[in-house]
Amino acid sequence: MNARLEARLWVAQRISAMALGLFVLIHLATIVYAMRGGLSAAEVLSRTRGNAPLAAFYALFVVSVSVHAPIGLRAILDEWFALRGRLVDWLLLVAGLALAAWGLRAVAAVFAG
Amino acid sequence: MQQAAETFSVSVWRGAEDGRFQHYEVPRLPSQTVLDVVTFIQRKLDATLAYRFACRVGMCGSCAMSVNGVARWTCRTHVDKVIGAGDALELAPLRNLPIVKDLVCDMRPFFEKWTRARGYFQPTATRNDPLARISPDSRQRRRAEAGIECIGCGVCYSSCDVVTWRAEYLGPAALNRAWTLVNDPRDSGQAARLRAVAGDSGCHACHTHLSCTERCPKGIAPTASIAGLKRATALAALKGAL
Amino acid sequence: MKNDWRGRQHPGFWAFVVHRLSGLLLTLFLPWHFWVLGKALNGSAALDGFLRWTDQPLVKWSELALVLLLAAHLTGGVRLLLLEFLDWREWQKALLAVATVATLAVGVAFGLYVV
Repeated sequence: MNARLEARLWVAQRISAMALGLFVLIHLATIVYAMRGGLSAAEVLSRTRGNAPLAAFYALFVVSVSVHAPIGLRAILDEWFALRGRLVDWLLLVAGLALAAWGLRAVAAVFAG
Repeated sequence: MQQAAETFSVSVWRGAEDGRFQHYEVPRLPSQTVLDVVTFIQRKLDATLAYRFACRVGMCGSCAMSVNGVARWTCRTHVDKVIGAGDALELAPLRNLPIVKDLVCDMRPFFEKWTRARGYFQPTATRNDPLARISPDSRQRRRAEAGIECIGCGVCYSSCDVVTWRAEYLGPAALNRAWTLVNDPRDSGQAARLRAVAGDSGCHACHTHLSCTERCPKGIAPTASIAGLKRATALAALKGAL
Repeated sequence: MKNDWRGRQHPGFWAFVVHRLSGLLLTLFLPWHFWVLGKALNGSAALDGFLRWTDQPLVKWSELALVLLLAAHLTGGVRLLLLEFLDWREWQKALLAVATVATLAVGVAFGLYVV
């Protein structure tokens, strides 16, 4: 039985959830604040470029969601599509890493410079 | 005898998995329970109908059925509570369990999972030792108290979607029983029990639908017990004890 | 015999459906979201081109839907954490109402200020 793996995935899912709870709240507030009166790239980038604390925040956000989402997908694949096992787990790990890399690239695009 | 009462329509599952619903007309009486309806059919209309009951007062946990799609203890469920005037009653065996015949399902998978969840007491003391002293106010005792009144009727197990999706899932009743024992300081089987209830066929498969808690006729919240097991097993896993 | 929709008519089940579907849709949305933000790598003109596209009414309403999905997943998730990590209390049953109201409040805020 895979008791240890499942228990650890549960912990990872919940800890990332706690972090995301905070991150999403801030993100939602930012969306509503930043989008008042419309968005322009120059306006956004002038606030973000070189903003290290906000960059760190969003980098952590990306990492947390890359932990959280694949574990949720795993339950859906298992319960609704009967897809389970080591191959599925490895594919989800790759998907999680790819999502993290793709997200960190976006963070770099918006904040670097 | 009274005058012929008004009747209502009752569909009852007949046969095994490949069975079908059969229709009966049953007199509607005041304070009539669903179990009364089944008993009337078996005694007056069709003696071949198979169903289970024993105590008729909500203690034994043997008369649970699917009543209009919802698992209920039939001896304590009034017909009036389930259907309005002019509505029909539909009676089927409990979901998520193999059907033996008619309203009787095979409870073995349900109780085998109690064993697999190590839902049995393993004493540390002998009869020669003094009685254990456990304060009724202690946190552990209160947690055990919350889940201890389970009568093993199978309503929660039958209502659980995760059981439907994962046949191996231990289910709410077995995990609830395990949680009462996790909180029993006299028990010696704790490490093995935590291993038994963890994993994707154990507490971590629960998604907190709350169907078990919604349907439990005894008002127990198995969801809360399963959450307790999630915390206990996660702590054990982080300590490397799982 | 398997359980059918009649046994699932209670708030906890629908909360689960909302949580699972919102999580799935948000996960599918993320790679695209990251792709759009990655346009900033090619300078602000590329991003501006996209932002003008988002000014269309249909896109605005889709944004509102996304914000609602995110708010629902957030509040539903906080509810689950409270159910799992606290000992059971009666008031925990009311969490779903709180989560629903909070989700709608976020939707209203977004609707008032942005759409």
